[in-house]
Amino acid sequence: MTTTSTLDPQDAIYDFTVPSRRPWSRVLRKGQILRIVDLEGQQAVDTLFYNAHDKQERYSAQDTIRAQGSAYISTGTKLLSSEGNLMATVIADTAGFHDTSAGACSAESNTVRFGHDKKFMHSCRDNFVLELARHGMTKRDLVSNINFFMNVPVEPDGALAIVDGVSKPGDYVELRAEMDILCVISNCPQINNPCNGFNPTPIRTLIWSQ
Amino acid sequence: MNDQTATEKALAEKELYDTLHKQGRSRRPADLPGNPATLPAGLIVKTETIPGGWGSSFIVPRGQTVRISNPGATPGVSILLYNAKDPTERFNAGDTVKVQWSARLGKGMVLFSDMGRVLASITDDSFGFNDALTGGSSPLTNAEKYGDATLRNTRENFVLLAAKHGLGRADVPPCLTLFAPVVVDEAGKFFWSEKSPASDAYVDLRAEMDLLIFVSNCPHPLSPGDYAPKPVDVLLWQSPAPAEDDPCRTLTEEARRGFDNTDALFA
Repeated sequence: MTTTSTLDPQDAIYDFTVPSRRPWSRVLRKGQILRIVDLEGQQAVDTLFYNAHDKQERYSAQDTIRAQGSAYISTGTKLLSSEGNLMATVIADTAGFHDTSAGACSAESNTVRFGHDKKFMHSCRDNFVLELARHGMTKRDLVSNINFFMNVPVEPDGALAIVDGVSKPGDYVELRAEMDILCVISNCPQINNPCNGFNPTPIRTLIWSQ
Repeated sequence: MNDQTATEKALAEKELYDTLHKQGRSRRPADLPGNPATLPAGLIVKTETIPGGWGSSFIVPRGQTVRISNPGATPGVSILLYNAKDPTERFNAGDTVKVQWSARLGKGMVLFSDMGRVLASITDDSFGFNDALTGGSSPLTNAEKYGDATLRNTRENFVLLAAKHGLGRADVPPCLTLFAPVVVDEAGKFFWSEKSPASDAYVDLRAEMDLLIFVSNCPHPLSPGDYAPKPVDVLLWQSPAPAEDDPCRTLTEEARRGFDNTDALFA
C-alpha cells in the first residue's frame, strides 16, 4: 500500500547520498526513522538489519513474511528478527511493494544465472561482506535481505522472477527502528537484470530523531 | 562510455535477461524418472527415525542420497544444508528460487549454496511442495499458534544442532521446509494448500558435495491443526553415479553452470 510521510528533510539529523553501486551502514537508535529515497527510480536497495547490541540477532525475511501472511514488504510490515522480536516497522512507502525472497546478487550466482563471463562484476554480496567486515562480521552473517524498490512477483504456480521496477524518481520508504539496530545497505550494482533498470543510480538516506 | 553506447549495452543486457527468463519459465520439470519407492536393502547406509518435535544432523558424502520419508503425513520437515568441509558455505534460499525462476521446488531441481554451487539435487519428490519462503517454527510461532512457546520448534532445533557442530546462531540461515504446500494467491497472500496429504511421501536429496544436513521435524508454522508432529525416517543410501543426461544436471542452463562450479571443487 502506498503511503506518504510528513517528515521534513530540513529536520533530519542525517542526510547522505549513497553513490551508485556502493555500500552504506549506520546504527539507528530505537525510535529513530530512516528514509531511503530512490532518487532516479528503479533502483534496488538491498538492506539488512542487526540488533546493535547482539549482532547474532538479525533480520529474518522468512519470519517477517510468514507473520504478515503475504509475500511483499510495504507500509505496516513489521520486520522481525531471527529471535522473533520486532526490529523495525515500515511507516511510509510511496512505491507500494518490495521483495524480501530473492536475496542479494553475487559474483557466484552471476556465473550461474548469466554465464561464467559475468563473475568479475560488482555485486551486493561483495558490498555486504565488506560493510559487515567493518562491524566485525563475516559472510556467515549474511541472510536473506530486503530488496527495497525491487519487483519480484511470486505467482500461484510458484513462478518467481525479477521484473521491471515500479519505483519512480523520488519514491521512498520509511522505517521506524523498534530497537537499536545496525542497518546495512548495498546500493545494488547489478546490470544483468532489470532490478536497476540496467543502470545503477544513487540513493539518499535520511534519519530523523523523534 | 558515451550515452549511446551505454544505452545499446543496456538494451543488449535486457535482451539477454528476457531470453533467460523466457527459457527459465518454459522449462518446468516434466514427468522425470525418480527413484524406487522401496530401496534395495544393500544400498542403505544408515537409517534414523526422528520423533515428532526433534531434530538430528547427518554427514552425507558426495554421491550418497538422503531420503526423508514421511509415513504419517506430518505437516512439514525443515532442513538446512552446509558444505561439510566449509560450513560457511550453506543453503541459500534466495538464490535457489531466483536462479531456477521458481519457488515451487521439486523433482529435477537443485538446492544452491551461497557460492553458486549445487549442494544437492532433488532426484525424487513424491509430494511436490517444499517451502523456501516462509521458514520453520519458532517459540514465537508456537506461542501464536498453540499458545505455548515451550513446544519443541525448528529455530531451537537448528540452534542446538549448530552448537553440536561448533557453529552458532549466525550459522542458522533461512531454511527449506519439505512436505509444506505453502502457495501464494494472486495478491501474494500465503496459504496452506491441502490438496492431498503427504502420507508415505518422500524426498530424495543427492549430495553433490560432502554435506552436513540438519533435519528438524516440527510442523510448519502455516500448517493447520494441533501440535501433533509424527515421526519421520531419514535414510542415507548409496545412489548411482549421475548419467550423462542426468535431469538435475542438465535440465537448465543454470543447473549446468551450477554443476560446473560444483565439479570444479573436485577437479
